[in-house]
Parts: sequence; structure tokens; C-alpha cells
Amino acid sequence: MTSTLTPARPAPPSTARIAQARVGLELRLFARERQQVVFSFAYPLVMMVIFASVLGGDERPGDVPFAQYFLAGIAATGIMLSSFQAVGTAISAEREAGLLGRLQLLGTPPAAYFAGKAGQVLVTTAVQLALLLPLARYAYDVPMPADLGHWLTFLWVAALGALAGTVLGIAVSALPGSASSVTTTVSGFAIVLQFFSGVFFGFTELPGWMQQVAALFPLKWLTQGMRSAFLPEQAGAFEVAGGWEHGRTALVLVAWVIIGVMVCARTFRWRRAAG
Amino acid sequence: MTTTEVARPPVRTGDTPAVTVRGLVKAYGGTTVLDGLDLEVRRGECFALLGPNGAGKTTTIEVLEGVLRRDAGEVSVLGEDPATAGRAWRARLGVVSQGEGAGQALSVRETLVHFARYTSTPCPVDELLAAVGLTEQADTRVGSLSGGQRRRLAVALGVQGRPELVFLDEPTTGMDPVARRQFWQLVRDLRADGTTVLLTTHYLDEAAELADRVGVVAGGRLVEVAPPAELGAALRREATVRWREPGGWREVRTEQPAGVLRDLLAAHPCGEVPDLSVTRPGLEDVYLALVGATSGGDPR
Repeated sequence: MTSTLTPARPAPPSTARIAQARVGLELRLFARERQQVVFSFAYPLVMMVIFASVLGGDERPGDVPFAQYFLAGIAATGIMLSSFQAVGTAISAEREAGLLGRLQLLGTPPAAYFAGKAGQVLVTTAVQLALLLPLARYAYDVPMPADLGHWLTFLWVAALGALAGTVLGIAVSALPGSASSVTTTVSGFAIVLQFFSGVFFGFTELPGWMQQVAALFPLKWLTQGMRSAFLPEQAGAFEVAGGWEHGRTALVLVAWVIIGVMVCARTFRWRRAAG
Repeated sequence: MTTTEVARPPVRTGDTPAVTVRGLVKAYGGTTVLDGLDLEVRRGECFALLGPNGAGKTTTIEVLEGVLRRDAGEVSVLGEDPATAGRAWRARLGVVSQGEGAGQALSVRETLVHFARYTSTPCPVDELLAAVGLTEQADTRVGSLSGGQRRRLAVALGVQGRPELVFLDEPTTGMDPVARRQFWQLVRDLRADGTTVLLTTHYLDEAAELADRVGVVAGGRLVEVAPPAELGAALRREATVRWREPGGWREVRTEQPAGVLRDLLAAHPCGEVPDLSVTRPGLEDVYLALVGATSGGDPR
């Protein structure tokens, strides 16, 4: 017979330990979701092939070959898709399937769940870029970042962009409606944003109002940051502000991370709102 | 132990109750689902909340689990208020919910190994697999399990952290009879280990089979609490004597059917009383009477 005094339980595992378990789980689930794998990894590659093949002879402002300009844009897009879009749609689907309800019942700290998503995004983004860059380098002769400094720029822009995308993906998952309606909204938004942000067209060729709208969102800055890593230094003169604006890029991306975290903290729900 | 009956450790009535609820009220957008529900679950007992769909059983459980905010009333679960209790409290609860695991692409074993990392007191995975009868399906992906097997996985996940109190919300809905009986055995095993079990069901036989006490919920209140055999005792004492006369069926409801029979037999001194029967209400009749007497329409 058990005594009436149950021995004190050890404290539940720390947030960090659960976060670690979540990253492993997220990666495993991602790898088993064939559609998601194919979409995340193939989309930037396919776009690179299509656009570089069709518009390969064109040049962008500052005598930059099209493929070189486009690589920056499609790398940025890939980061947005594998963070913002993938996370936003995955969370609403998990909520709808009741998987998040289970986590809540287990007392999972939300931070551990978010960290799992962020870890998965960082790994999948790294894999995606590791496929895209060699394709551009060897099939379309796009030069890689010129020196260590440019590589570092590439890294911080990519990491900050992925982080902002993840946080905003978590934030949009709180949108009302079914998982499929959230998916439609998020995808539609992502597509429009790509056109507005200078992924497919030279940013300076876009109408002013479109540039101004794009400047509110992270993708434009992510794309510009990528250009600063891949394009020759003198091409910066052809940006809207006449330079790469690294300070402002970092500021906008960090601001979006902070805004996203605040929105998440207020709106994140384990369950769908009751009837 | 030689009998097949599982020995039940005595309910520890002296302890503070596992669950205490006073005057619980919950409304969704103007519709009152719980309307002053009172409930007490003792440590170590299996308590069944029985009631029709929409009576407020699931809402009650969700308030007790701390995933739904109540509008009014006092609630204490394992000595804490679920609305404010933290992770240490959650670790003492087990919930067997409808939503399963971590994803359909994981195997049963992977799912259990993963969730073992959320608790500081995990049961060994192999023991757990054996206990719920999923050893053979250990490497099967969750998406390929049958409905009954998924429910068993849900049980495994619910008890993985060795909880003191387990909530089972309509655990056997949609199960075939064989799976149901296997599931009942799991619940009896839990109860035998001294775990307090609170289950909801709209199946009478399930409540009668598993519960030490049954609480009937109707119209957002607890209308009766009793051991299954004593449920609706007053209603059950009433027998119905029925027979046929040339003019048609006659029926008498009485608590003393012998007297009615004596008069009847006296009135038919030399022959049969046509189609004579004496019936007492079964559990189901009692239940329907209890539920029907109070439910003022469909609350949802």
C-alpha cells in the first residue's frame, strides 16, 4: 500500500531540455513529410533554374548579371518560405490536429515549443541554402561572397531573417479560421510580398508606392542584405538609398523579431478558441 | 492472487479529496453549459461522470485540467486551483485525450520516447508498451494504427509520467467491443495501482463496470451520486405490474408488487392472469429517468 504521503516529485525537466527534444522531433517530422521537404528545398532551386534560363542574358542595375541579382532574391525568398510560411502553416495544422492541446496538458513551456520550431527552421534553411548556392555557382557562374566579411554578412542576414520569419510565422498562426484558410492567407501574402520586395524584378524598377509598402516588411530588407553579400560593392550605389544600409536592415529585422515576440506572447493559443 | 477479479485497494476516504468542485458555472456565448455543478472525487477511487452528450461532462473535465477558464465556482484539483497551478501540478496529472501524440509520421515507440523527455518520472517505454498491449505495434507509425490502438497509445501517453490523478474523457467512444473490454482492463489496472481515475462516459455499462461511484450529469448539474448498484435507488424500488384484461393492457406502478399480485390472483381464482409481468427498472431506465427529469433541453 502506498503511504498517504506521496514522495515529492523531482521538478519537471527544464525548458532547455524540452526544447532540445523538440528540435530533434521537429526535424524528424519534417524529414518524413515528403511534400514539405520537396517544396522547401526544390522551390528556390526550380525558380533559380527557370529565371536564370529565361532571363540569363539580362542585366540588373549596376551591370549586375541577372542570375547574380536573382540569387540574392531567391535565397531571401527561400528563407522566408522555410521560416514564415512553413511555421505559420505547420502550427495552425498542429493546433487543429490537437497536437498542441497535448503539449499544453503536459505543461510544455511555450518557449520550448517555439525553440523547437526555430531550431528546425535554422537547420532546414541551412540545408536549403547549401543546395542553392552551389547550383548558382556551378550552373550559372554566380560568384560567391567575395571575402570573409561578405560571408559574415550573408550569415547574419540569413540567421536574422530566418528568426524574424519564424517568430512572425508563430504570430500569424494565431489568425482565426481553419488551418487550410491560414495556409491560403499565408501563401498568398508570401507570393505578393516576393513581387513587392524585388525578388523577381529589380527593386529600383518598382513603382515608388510598392517600394514603400515592401520597406515595411522584412523580406525587402532580407533581399537587400543578401544582395550586399553577393553583389559587387559598387552595386550598392544602385540601391534606393545609394548604399547597402546594413544598420537599417539589422534594425528592421530585429524590430520585426521583437514585434513578433510581443504578438506571440499575447496571441499564442494551444487550442482553437471554443465555439 | 487466484481470482480474476482485480483487488481494489480501499478508497482512502480520510485524505483530502483529489477533486473538489463547488458551484461550477461555465457559459459559452450566452449558453450555460455548467450551472452550479458540485463534485467530489476521493483519492484512489474511480469516479465516472455519466450523462448524455452536451450535458457538460467534457466542459467539466476541461476546467479541471486547467485548459478552460470557469465563469464561477470553486475548484481544487490535487490541492490546487487549475486556473493558476503550474508545471509541477501538471506533472501529477495524467490526461487521456482525444488528440494523440506528436504526429502521425512517428512510430509508437518514437512517440513514447519523445514524450518521456517531458517528465521527470517517466515509466520505462517497454513497460508502458506492454501495459497497453502495443508491444507488437512498437515500430508501427501512429498514422497506421487502428482506432483502438490509438486510444491505447493515448492511455500510455496519459500515464507515462506516473500521475496521481488520471482524466479519461469518453475514452471508449468509437471502439469495437473487444477493444472496449481491453481498455476497461487498463483502467482497472490503473485503479488497482492506486491511481485516482475520473472518467466521463455516456455509456451506462462502462460506468457500472469501472466506477466506484457514478455521478449523473444533466443540464449542467450533478443530479445524483452513488455507487453504480445504488444509482436511482428510489426509482428502482418501484416495480411495474402489467397484465391484460379484456378491455386492454393494465399497468400498476408500486413499491409493493406482492400486494398487487395477491389481489390480482384473488380476482382470477381459477385461471391465468393473461400476459402478467412484474418488472423493475434496469440501470438504463433509472438513468433515463434521472437525465430526462432534469434536462431542460439541449444545452449546446
